[in-house]
Amino acid sequence: MAQALMSYLDPGAIVLGLKAATDQDVIRILADRLSALGYVKPSFADAVIAREVMLPTGLPLGGDNNVAVPHTDPEHVLRPGLALATLVEPVSFSNMEDPDEKLQVSVVFLMALNDKDKQIEMLQEIAGTIQSPEIISALILSKSVEDVSRLLR
Amino acid sequence: MTRQKTVLFACGTGIATSTVVAHAVEDAMKERGIRFNSRQCKTTEVAGQIDDVDLVVTTAQLPKDLGKPVITTLAFLTGIGKAEALDKIEAVLRD
Repeated sequence: MAQALMSYLDPGAIVLGLKAATDQDVIRILADRLSALGYVKPSFADAVIAREVMLPTGLPLGGDNNVAVPHTDPEHVLRPGLALATLVEPVSFSNMEDPDEKLQVSVVFLMALNDKDKQIEMLQEIAGTIQSPEIISALILSKSVEDVSRLLR
Repeated sequence: MTRQKTVLFACGTGIATSTVVAHAVEDAMKERGIRFNSRQCKTTEVAGQIDDVDLVVTTAQLPKDLGKPVITTLAFLTGIGKAEALDKIEAVLRD
């Protein structure tokens, strides 16, 4: 279940306590990590940002700690991977269900997907994780990759 | 024996999110003793696929006036409002 999320996360693509002004800044910072680690092509960041405008990925969790799961088409991806950012100050993402509604997001999972089955498993693990308010709160307080790893193992 | 109903699951790309939602709904309805046919598509394809569909469950916005019941919900991703969403789906499938 949720514990296995760590198996998708590259420790080099975990950014804790990030200070970012906008959703696009967060996406670019995480996309740069995934690109440097060989998961995605240089075109990935722009493609994710463009898709976010059309098909937003903010998920409301009923409070101020909402989550977003930005992603894009497989042609920008070299191999499946997952990046995570926790934010000092939330940034605004549009709600997947209603693009006119802005959500304050504190946790961002940037998904690099080019394998349909992996994609479903990864999203299922993310859904399992975000359905636990305790895990999300603890994730936001995490200070190290080891903390995250203990939570999401 | 009534005809088995068809649920169309829609999301932005018609792959990941709708599959996660479809699996969650299938499992929950099985527990409630309800079977249905399941199909998936992109939100942009719903209007063209709606003819033989009894219910649309979507995570992203759809055009209005599709002429069929539509349930827009993120409950199967976030867990929030899941019981209510399942009750609504059950009501349409038992109708």
